[in-house]
Amino acid sequence: MAEDKTSDKDIAIKIRGVVNAFGDKVIHDHIDLDVKRGEILGVVGGSGTGKSVLLRSIIGLNKPREGTIEVLGQKTGDVEGAAMRKLEMRWGVLFQEGALFSSQTVAENIQVPLREYTAMSQELMDEIAAIKLTMVGLPPDTGAKFPSELSGGMKKRAGLARALSLDPELLFLDEPTAGLDPISANQFDELIKRLQKALGLTVFLVTHDIDTLRAVTDRIAVLVNKKIVIGTIAELRKCDDPWIQDYFSGVRGRAALGDMAEAN
Amino acid sequence: MASIEAVSDEPEAWFKLDQDKRKLAVGGAWTIHESARLDRELNELEACKDIEIDASKISRLDSAGAWLLLRTSRALGKAELNVPKQYVPLLESLDQDHKPERHKSRIPPGFKGRLYKIGRATMTAKDQGVSMLGYLGRVTVETGEALAKPKHNLRIPAIFHQVEETGINALPIVGLLSFLIGVVIAYQGITQLKQFGAELLTIDGLGIITLREMGVLMTSIIIAGRSGSAFTAQIGTMRVNEEIDAMQTMGLNTVDTLVLPRIIGLVIALPLLTLYADIMGLLGGALMCYFDLGVTFPAFLRELQASLHIQTLMVGLIKAPVFAFVIALVGCYEGFQVERNAASVGLLTTRSVVESVFLVIVLDAAFSVMFSVLGI
Repeated sequence: MAEDKTSDKDIAIKIRGVVNAFGDKVIHDHIDLDVKRGEILGVVGGSGTGKSVLLRSIIGLNKPREGTIEVLGQKTGDVEGAAMRKLEMRWGVLFQEGALFSSQTVAENIQVPLREYTAMSQELMDEIAAIKLTMVGLPPDTGAKFPSELSGGMKKRAGLARALSLDPELLFLDEPTAGLDPISANQFDELIKRLQKALGLTVFLVTHDIDTLRAVTDRIAVLVNKKIVIGTIAELRKCDDPWIQDYFSGVRGRAALGDMAEAN
Repeated sequence: MASIEAVSDEPEAWFKLDQDKRKLAVGGAWTIHESARLDRELNELEACKDIEIDASKISRLDSAGAWLLLRTSRALGKAELNVPKQYVPLLESLDQDHKPERHKSRIPPGFKGRLYKIGRATMTAKDQGVSMLGYLGRVTVETGEALAKPKHNLRIPAIFHQVEETGINALPIVGLLSFLIGVVIAYQGITQLKQFGAELLTIDGLGIITLREMGVLMTSIIIAGRSGSAFTAQIGTMRVNEEIDAMQTMGLNTVDTLVLPRIIGLVIALPLLTLYADIMGLLGGALMCYFDLGVTFPAFLRELQASLHIQTLMVGLIKAPVFAFVIALVGCYEGFQVERNAASVGLLTTRSVVESVFLVIVLDAAFSVMFSVLGI
């Protein structure tokens, strides 16, 4: 299903033969995956199929047992120290609960990477924090608040603002809409789409939410039987794997994709 | 602060004002890595007005660069900003937002700020004192109720679990430290009293100081650090996990289930630990006296017996339950003050230890005054 005609320059993440296992339990069995520059790739799979493990492997929090992962042309296993930091500056990660530093205000959270990696004046950092907040749709006074004063949805937006603070090329989102009400989830989907367009981001999106998949992703990677199946929604619905069939054609899937089926 | 050079080898960002100050040409990679320098340099342009900005030579633009461009054009430019086509959506996404509000610190600068901090700390201390007094009242009432209906409200297994946790498991550390303190006191007594030829009085002094003060004080301070902090951390973590809220919605009384077992457990354990610490302290002193003075153990005991009354021991032991109550109360109270964030548990655990050690020493001084008035 995946076309291999794209040149290396257009590929943001290149995964080859990755094996992840905990003890005897194999999670990923020699998987390959290409994420193209400028696309939004959704990653789905049942609980325990290793969606988050895959994400953590790519961003270097988890070392795969075998195989190579190349991000923006750099092998993540090989680089260390300054080179790894340089790579880390080119991506942003939104963790599931936002992972905001609880002892700092939202504005200070956004300024952490700025303070670490640039020599900006405090004034400019304040301005950047404020534009990031408006970019993710938070009112400007959120900056002075502490994470404990925010709702779940606001925390995720603030986490996204922090992930975007260094203007990354690559954005990793770990279940961005989990735990949000449907309206907030829709708004978050819109936000991701808008930001992707405005900033030209490549987005790696781990999710359970079939509405999000339909609304924002260009392609979808399904983790099933320790392997990856990749394609657009229409392609995947024709796939005869039982889990994929269940996922896209179950009650929730049909409801979410209903209008698409009619359009076909 | 690690400043890192631009990631790729793009031309660096530049801008140029033409001679009659009408036109500002902008180009290169306007990215976050250049923004600190651009910000400084752009701020020096301030004086000019109504400048046409030509940004068509920009090769790369990210949101930090776009913001600088937008800010400059707002401050000194005419309305239009021409950027390469692919960056129009980015600029528009920033432009629709109104001018960002500056995040202000809540504390004013300078002398006023210092006054503000002192004032706030004072009010916090007052509120905390009142609140802890209120908590003491609540615990007292609930203890009374629990003792009136012990079958239902007293959790005997939990109490003994706490006795084990705070008492038996603390035996090695309390024993070792008390023994060493005994050695130190005896050594100092011997060296000082030798000058007057009264080195045998060391044993009297050691006995009195250990039984009346050192035993109970050392034990209390160790337990405040060991168990008081544990109480705060345990209850605090339960609060973070919403376990306390869950208990309340199930109708479980948190004082009965969490606080009373800890207080009663420690009130039982601390006097026993104190007695044990007294014995270990005396043993340490005895060892020192044997090596330094050649006093054998039976002779040491005879000398002790001659100088001590049962009252000496009791004066020390009677303080132990009071200290235990204070340590457990402060530990539990601070645990309930924990807020739902990670920093809070650490902060309040520290505060709990500092407060309970402070209170133990203040109370010890109060006991000394009381005993001296009573002539004990």
